Amino acid sequence: MDLLANLALGLSTAFAPENLLYCFIGVLLGTLVGVLPGLGPTATTAMLLPITFALEPTPALIMLAGIYYGAQYGGSTTAILINMPGESSSAVTSVDGYQMARQGRAGPALAAAAIGSFFAGTVATFLIALFAPPLTTIALEFGPPEYFSLVVLGLVSSVALAHGSVLKAIAMIVLGLLLGVVGTDIYTGTPRFTLDQLELADGINFVAVAAGVFGVAEILRNMETEHTREPIIAKVAGLMPTRDDLRRMIAPVLRGTFIGSALGILPGGGAILSSFAAYTIEKRISKHPEKFGKGAIEGVAAPESANNAGAQTSFIPMLTLGIPANPVMALMIGAMIIQGIVPGPNVSREQPELFWGVIASMWVGNLMLVILNLPLIGIWVRLLRIPYRALFPAILAFASIGVWSVNSNPFDLYAIALFGALGWVLLKLDCEPAPLLLGFVLGPLLEEHLRRAMIISRGDPTIFVNFAERPISAILLMLSAIALVIVFLPAIAKKREEVFEESDPV
Amino acid sequence: MTLNRKDLICGLLFIVIGLLFAYGGKDLPLGTAFRMGPGYFPMVLCGILILLGLIIAFRSFGEVDSPLGGVPWRALLLILPATVIFGYGVRGLGLIPAVFLVGFSSAFASRQTGPIFAFVLAVILTLFCAGVFYWGLGLPMQLFGPWVRF
Repeated sequence: MDLLANLALGLSTAFAPENLLYCFIGVLLGTLVGVLPGLGPTATTAMLLPITFALEPTPALIMLAGIYYGAQYGGSTTAILINMPGESSSAVTSVDGYQMARQGRAGPALAAAAIGSFFAGTVATFLIALFAPPLTTIALEFGPPEYFSLVVLGLVSSVALAHGSVLKAIAMIVLGLLLGVVGTDIYTGTPRFTLDQLELADGINFVAVAAGVFGVAEILRNMETEHTREPIIAKVAGLMPTRDDLRRMIAPVLRGTFIGSALGILPGGGAILSSFAAYTIEKRISKHPEKFGKGAIEGVAAPESANNAGAQTSFIPMLTLGIPANPVMALMIGAMIIQGIVPGPNVSREQPELFWGVIASMWVGNLMLVILNLPLIGIWVRLLRIPYRALFPAILAFASIGVWSVNSNPFDLYAIALFGALGWVLLKLDCEPAPLLLGFVLGPLLEEHLRRAMIISRGDPTIFVNFAERPISAILLMLSAIALVIVFLPAIAKKREEVFEESDPV
Repeated sequence: MTLNRKDLICGLLFIVIGLLFAYGGKDLPLGTAFRMGPGYFPMVLCGILILLGLIIAFRSFGEVDSPLGGVPWRALLLILPATVIFGYGVRGLGLIPAVFLVGFSSAFASRQTGPIFAFVLAVILTLFCAGVFYWGLGLPMQLFGPWVRF
């Protein structure tokens, strides 16, 4: 029973007092920042990332994971109570959640989100424990061509799952890849696109890029439409869902968990699509579809379970292959590299305690979230009253200190402003920032494996698609090609738009 | 003739960025497909980016126009320099004056914020940051730097 032994190792690591403490701090801080209107999980994680640098790798990653799902949970609270989702993954929750809140049923909506998330988190943790070891075994056989194809598949699926125009998403990936090239070429030592600046020799600081495109750009975006009125915060009275609520929740939670787990594993990030898909499916199979959008508890339970399951299973490609499925996973990989860990299949072999400890801590963290959030809801409601004009200077200050603490390099701070401006322009042109960040993180990996594979094959590009010699690489590339064809098929493209549009909060 | 200005600008922006990178990398050796030089991968990317930009720009013709929306000049002028001020000044000024400057200057990006609100906000923010990052986390920074020490 390897699975049980591994989980036991993980639990003993996760329950070590120090790790328990950092998991708690992570979950608490994540919720605290994530609940603030306009701050999604990515911005929250980017801002809090530097706090973990002082820790050992295991508690640092446990804390980061806690920050991630804490932030996601906080975002759902904001979505339900003031109809302001922090990130698109909780956008769909606000449709029915906010309606419930307006009908005086904010408590049951929050409880539905918490219970659904916890159940989904528990299932997803087991899935990770189940799937991570075999995937790791396969990944250890991977050579440069397989890695190249895998990265391609990850990038392509991040396009398929992005919101909006496919062409723009691909262009954002390519732009991210180009930005990732900046720095010293690892093979020849030639400086590339460094504009003769010594500061750029190590490349553009990735925390600065994340803080720019997700933090500063978002502030600029919010300042475009500054409201003079205060948001209307729904009152929370009576947390307990009724027996009828609980009965209606069971099936949506199960379906949401299933959809989220399946989509989350995909490299490219399923948390966003999975919550949309779960909502759409619930609405379609419901006997009372007319109740959706008017405060149906199913419309809260299903997407919340799905996005938590997806968030959880997105750790699988990150932990086993070193491939980030979403921008937060990209930040986690950045954190691992800063901690001196090489992300990839070797992590579970060389550092089983870290690997299984992080996995087990996810379940612990989810449990903490339920225990923490329902009683503390009064505090979160009070935080929602902080006006945005008091928040954004704080975000700027934290982001500045955070990025400074990485390298103590003034140049990185100028980069925040630059990428903030660029991110704002791109947001304005309806380009999503997530593919850019993924491209930026995966660019060096893609180039390295491409060049190594070409050396192995002596310049013959068919190495990637030669089914007889490299079946895995060929299959991965085939899947990428199929994914691309599918998103461009007119019928699918229309459907895809529908799925995303249905959930756009109006 | 209708035109989607947003898509046209977007396409042109990608083309310009692609050209800039191509120009910046024009002296990098390309190498061969067998032994790729430092310029090979970026040049391929530039080509793809320019091509995508062309397609996006081309497809904007005949589409319904989408509004671009306003430009928050006040926010751009006050928020973007804030991190630059911090980066330029934090070593010389130290944590306390740098955070105060960031908070005080950026607060005015909101039209509803007056000097009193900005000042109070900046003071609270400064105390909070000093408490958390200097005393709490022990980040290796000085509270007051050499520029402001007497």
